[in-house]
Amino acid sequence: MANEAKGKRPLSPHLTIYRPQMSSISSILVRISGVALALGFVLIIWWLLAASISIPYFETVNDIMTSWFGDIVMVGSVWALCYHSLGGIRHLIWDMGYGFDLKTSDRMGWSVIIGSFIFTIMVIYYSGALS
Amino acid sequence: MNYKTDEAHVSGLASARKGASHWLGERLKSVALIPLTVIFIFIVAPLIGADHSTVVGALQSPAKGFALIIFFLVTFKHLEEGLQVVIEDYVHSRGRVLALIKLNKLFCWTFGLVAIFAIAKITFAT
Repeated sequence: MANEAKGKRPLSPHLTIYRPQMSSISSILVRISGVALALGFVLIIWWLLAASISIPYFETVNDIMTSWFGDIVMVGSVWALCYHSLGGIRHLIWDMGYGFDLKTSDRMGWSVIIGSFIFTIMVIYYSGALS
Repeated sequence: MNYKTDEAHVSGLASARKGASHWLGERLKSVALIPLTVIFIFIVAPLIGADHSTVVGALQSPAKGFALIIFFLVTFKHLEEGLQVVIEDYVHSRGRVLALIKLNKLFCWTFGLVAIFAIAKITFAT
């Protein structure tokens, strides 16, 4: 029976037909930032491993971390970490059953987006990268 | 443990096996990661781009080493669960889903254990 039904099941209207909304875009960005963070952590872990192995190896990895490529990955990772954390908190609020009305949902979406940039600047400033 | 309501049991609704506790476990790890991420940023952000002796010197603190190990343990379990949901949502062939879930576990455990090994070595063996 399951096989018969397979392929004939109705699908709900999908991405191609939906108008993008604040809640859908800000929600999918939590996923995208989470997957991207996996790559940022690969670089951080490589750097930690190098620090534990030897000074020359650490300097090789440190050169990559402080190159323009490393800067882009690190700044991107900081933003992804801030966005994923704030967006994750919003999903936890939703999971508890709050914030589903349109106004609150939209307001939380904007807070997550604006907050992620503010926190990114704060973390970069705290890291001393600007001084 | 069982988190289902009596009514859900009687009516046979929701997960028949470990769905409820799995769901709750995912959320508990997410909640734990809020303070752990703040701690991680406070420890690691100032060390990016620093020289070897500064990085090793900072991570030799047992409190920092312990905090980072806990952070990486929870992070990689959370990453594994998160990537698994992404795989389950977007990959539609059952065989491929099962294979990717295994690969995902391998990837997450490898990087998580390498991270923990590196921190433990710096904190306790240098």
